[in-house]
Amino acid sequence: MADRIEIGFKEDIRDAHGEKIKKRIVEHLHITVASVKTIEVHTIEGNLTAEELAMAAAGPLSDPIIQGFSINSGLADRFDWLIEVGYRPGVTDNVGKTAKEAIELLLENPSDRLWGVYTSRQYVIEGPISREDAERIASSLLANDLIERSTIVDGKSWDKQKGMSPHVPRVIGEDHLVVEEIDLDVSDNILLNISSERVLALNLDEMKALRNYLRNETILEERKKMGLGEKMTDAELECLAQTWSEHCKHKIFNALITYEDERGLRRDVDSLFDSYIRRSTEEIRKSLGIHDWCLSVFVDNAGVVKFNDDYNLVFKVETHNSPSALDPYGGALTGIVGVNRDPFGTGRGARLIFNTDIFCFAPPTYDKPLPKRILHPRRIYEGVREGVEHGGNKSGIPTITGCIVFDERFLGKPLVYCGTGGIMPSVVNGVPAHTKEIFPGDAVIMAGGRIGKDGIHGATFSSEELHEGSPVTAVQIGDPITQKKMTDFLLIARDRGLYRCITDNGAGGLSSSVGETARLSGGCEIDLKKAPLKYPGLNPWEILISESQERMTLAVPPGKVDKFLELARMMGVEATVIGRYTDSGMFHILYGEKTVAYLKMDFLHSGVPQMRLSAKWSPPVHPEPDFPEPADMGQALKDMLSRLNICSKESVVRQYDHEVQGGSVIKPLVGTSNDGPSDAAVIRPVLDSFEGVVVAHGICPRYGDIDTYHMAACAIDEAIRNAIAVGGSLTHMAGLDNFCWCDPVQSEKTPDGAYKLAQLVRANEALYDYTSSYGVPCISGKDSMKNDYHIGNVKISIPPTLLFSTMGKIEDVRKTITMDAKNPGDLVYVMGETYPELGGSEWYAMHGYIGNQVPKVNAEKAKKMYTALHMAIQEGLVASCHDCSDGGLGVALAETAFAGGLGMAINCAHVPSSGIDRDDTLLFSESQSRFVVTIPPPAKEMFEALMEGAAFSHVGTVLSEGLLKIDGIRGTRIVEEDIGALKAAWQKPLDF
Amino acid sequence: MPKRVKSIVITGNGTNCEMEMAHACRLAGSDEVDIVHISMLLYGEKSLDDYHFLNLPGGFLDGDDLGSAKAGANRILHAKVKGKSEILYDQFTRFIAQGKLILGVCNGFQLLVKLGMLPGFDGDYRTQTVTLTFNDSGRFEDRWVYLWINHDSPCIFTRDIGELYLPVRHGEGKFITKDEDILERLHDSRQVPVHYSHHDYVDIAMDYPANPNGSIDGIAGICNSTGRIFGLMPHPEAYLHCTNHPRWTREKLPEEGMGLDIFRNAVDFVRRENI
Repeated sequence: MADRIEIGFKEDIRDAHGEKIKKRIVEHLHITVASVKTIEVHTIEGNLTAEELAMAAAGPLSDPIIQGFSINSGLADRFDWLIEVGYRPGVTDNVGKTAKEAIELLLENPSDRLWGVYTSRQYVIEGPISREDAERIASSLLANDLIERSTIVDGKSWDKQKGMSPHVPRVIGEDHLVVEEIDLDVSDNILLNISSERVLALNLDEMKALRNYLRNETILEERKKMGLGEKMTDAELECLAQTWSEHCKHKIFNALITYEDERGLRRDVDSLFDSYIRRSTEEIRKSLGIHDWCLSVFVDNAGVVKFNDDYNLVFKVETHNSPSALDPYGGALTGIVGVNRDPFGTGRGARLIFNTDIFCFAPPTYDKPLPKRILHPRRIYEGVREGVEHGGNKSGIPTITGCIVFDERFLGKPLVYCGTGGIMPSVVNGVPAHTKEIFPGDAVIMAGGRIGKDGIHGATFSSEELHEGSPVTAVQIGDPITQKKMTDFLLIARDRGLYRCITDNGAGGLSSSVGETARLSGGCEIDLKKAPLKYPGLNPWEILISESQERMTLAVPPGKVDKFLELARMMGVEATVIGRYTDSGMFHILYGEKTVAYLKMDFLHSGVPQMRLSAKWSPPVHPEPDFPEPADMGQALKDMLSRLNICSKESVVRQYDHEVQGGSVIKPLVGTSNDGPSDAAVIRPVLDSFEGVVVAHGICPRYGDIDTYHMAACAIDEAIRNAIAVGGSLTHMAGLDNFCWCDPVQSEKTPDGAYKLAQLVRANEALYDYTSSYGVPCISGKDSMKNDYHIGNVKISIPPTLLFSTMGKIEDVRKTITMDAKNPGDLVYVMGETYPELGGSEWYAMHGYIGNQVPKVNAEKAKKMYTALHMAIQEGLVASCHDCSDGGLGVALAETAFAGGLGMAINCAHVPSSGIDRDDTLLFSESQSRFVVTIPPPAKEMFEALMEGAAFSHVGTVLSEGLLKIDGIRGTRIVEEDIGALKAAWQKPLDF
Repeated sequence: MPKRVKSIVITGNGTNCEMEMAHACRLAGSDEVDIVHISMLLYGEKSLDDYHFLNLPGGFLDGDDLGSAKAGANRILHAKVKGKSEILYDQFTRFIAQGKLILGVCNGFQLLVKLGMLPGFDGDYRTQTVTLTFNDSGRFEDRWVYLWINHDSPCIFTRDIGELYLPVRHGEGKFITKDEDILERLHDSRQVPVHYSHHDYVDIAMDYPANPNGSIDGIAGICNSTGRIFGLMPHPEAYLHCTNHPRWTREKLPEEGMGLDIFRNAVDFVRRENI
């Protein structure tokens, strides 16, 4: 039986959430409503007495100062429409879980009478709208049909006394052992059918490899001893599909690629990863010799570098694109708490010290019809923003930097990059903290959350395009508090030496976490029946590959198991021994007594056949833009500042806690009014030291429309120069690459696969060239290769996108600087040369062009200038430094001025440039490796001496009067704008 | 021999500002500072009785799922201490009765309010009379605010502090009282030591964003009648060094951050009064 407790605000208390919803109904859906009020509903399943229900309602569930409640009757009074939204069975309900725990505590463990608490929310609407309107509000704003159900009540038929009847979304199922066996001794066609029907995402070669494995007599003999036959069990098949997925094995990055260039010359690339990414890092490490500060690269869940003698830094960036397309809130929340577990599960474990978030969306102003299954970009924007807010803020990790990129092609799949950094002592209990070890006999322990059906097929699903049958179970909602409790516990366990290996359960669940770590001992044996479940009804294969969140897998020495479990119990974290590591060479999975998977470790990890792919590069030729110089350059500058890719992201930034943990030094918003755009973030992870960490990133997908080689070069340069701008240095800077591509495998549905693969090869070439030249080694990375949408005849592919992130060490944070102009009279310099490089620029995009003159990076020149500029900043000669990126010099000058609340007088004739004959080209060219720098006049001589040999020039002066005055290359005044007006243009577009 | 000051910073179940709060206590001169997971209190491994200065840091207790700090307050009110015939709340009341100091910041302030420990009129530390609810903006925000200090307040923590500039980082910081009488009494007994203000610190701010959440009378924090229990929404532990200030690269600032004095007042008081 079930009861309902409804909780709402008292008459005179403002309902801010209801007001926010009302605003969205009016502004997004253009439906006029008079008011929206919210009511929280707890559906309590069990046999609590009326008195107990009242205690719960008046106790933990409501706030007596502002709220009232009703039990088993309606709280809403007069209204036109009421929409109640609750979760579907099995969807994570964090509030329900907390409510249940609170009531248990209140009533002293009434476990036999309290079975479950489920939450839902009512939106009580007043306004003359139709049922159709109410339905539209429910479906396009309030409820995501995939994970939520909504009920609509007409005010005319409302019986307050009776209210709504309780609905219990319990998962109904029974524990049962069903192990299906699949015959793989079948034709190629049937093999392919098996792969697609079961969402295995394996190709024919891979399916054949499975077929061949079962044709080996010795293997069959051994299987027989375990009670298995010539067919593959579902658990084995699913486990192999996860382990061999594009997501886990990076098959495209490890493929043998035949690349043909524009002249028809062919060459083979045997693994992009080995040939470019890993090679560059290895060469840099070699050249550093005994000063190599990389500790663990490409082998663990995240990269590890040295911070100082006492600490190491850890960094990883992931994407969570496909789930965010289906459920933006849950997808993004899971994205951020998911990537948290990567540095957390690296080496012996790291404390998490920062998050970064980079989103790629279609414009929120999108007003064309939406293809099937696609949510409106504004809903994606809000949902993703909120998911990351809840994931980051509730985990107590500061979100220190990020950005949003807009392009209509992100309609099919948004990109949600989430990064997390951590810090670990260099040595824990006498062993280097960046290492892991496991001995045969160590217990396999799963700690944290329980296993449900959520996230089944996440790894394989993200290795496919978004299609009609994309599975609902791939969507899940993270629970940051369960994770926080788990990380609090495990950091204590780490320091007490209670385990020797830790890894997270992400893609592929236990099959990946145990399968991967078992390589350290040489095998494992686990019993799935021991794994704690959220609800009954999971088949063994589902338990094995479920991606339910907030779980870590640990190797615990036999002598420490009791202590480990005792500490877990005390700290309220569930931890369970599910098996042991062995040296049998086998991945052995049981359910109770019965073996459900028995695979050779070698085959599991090394059996996947290498893909062979073709790439063909032919440089695209776009129409050369043809438009006159603007008559009003001031207006043009304001229009540029209002571009979505340039404008202020303050409304998003403010909703993220960017200074928890107390080490904030350079914040995302800086300047005289705390609202200027910072180039990079600096934090102090150890509070009694002035050593710091600088984090920055670069991303510029538009250049890829011309040439992904230069797109990658520019992304790398941008990430580095952003770090340089605040005072970072090239001598101790690590990089991370995150490739998000559209399917680059030539096929019927991807007829331009060879071109897209050539784009990938070229981006990797640039990655090698530029990370080597700058001496910035990649320490970790990730790729997501199937960012396409394909339903019916509609196919939308994202533009190939590389996010490059940097993390560097700052010797003394007190010497870092910000981008805002500081004092009237300071001298303005432009560092670096400007070329007519408007190809792929915002200026061309505003005029509807792409162009062909893509910005190119000269790393040799840039490196010298960055090194000199770093010295000048260290010497205290620089008052402000701002990098020129989207929108070029014009935007950088305006931002420097208005962030400082000061004017500037600039003479374009002095800007170092070459081949430029138009003022708009000079102001908006996106040539790389440039900065706007201001210095106090007395520093002039020393600054210029330090910069000798670099392209730089004194171009103007900071003014006390709040005007940006720019004289063009021919000496006439082309801009004279009030900095307040410039700032207003920049702040307006996303101020919601 | 001068008094040894022992500070405790409680963490667990979603608290997340414990490190910087402990750092503040150390910088303020506390001789011992322990970050203690609440489970250690519930298991009887640690006890509040062994400390003089209790810190309740910011965070999201139980995710603030039932309203900020509601489930957290429920735990303190009802969870039993293992091996003893008491609930955790009993340790709190003993702590208060002994005149020891309690500081709640952000989620810690919300916790004190929902436990009924603030404002604690007439020695009643169990009845809730005020609350902190959703910001008028309907959103969580991280922004720095100017605080005007009422020097007539008995608050130990704000003694001799001229003014404060600190960040708020919350979604539920709007201060409301049960009724007008409670509000009047708070003012009459000078139990409102900190108000949101403007950059010149002369008036009380009722406008957004200077008053970041719509708090009644710009109330940013309150204390009990003895001034020994103090809760506030802004984060003093977030401004311990000049580099924490959002404009440190453009303004001449003292090396030490403004938030530290709050902790120094507490530690000095314990030492001086020999609590």
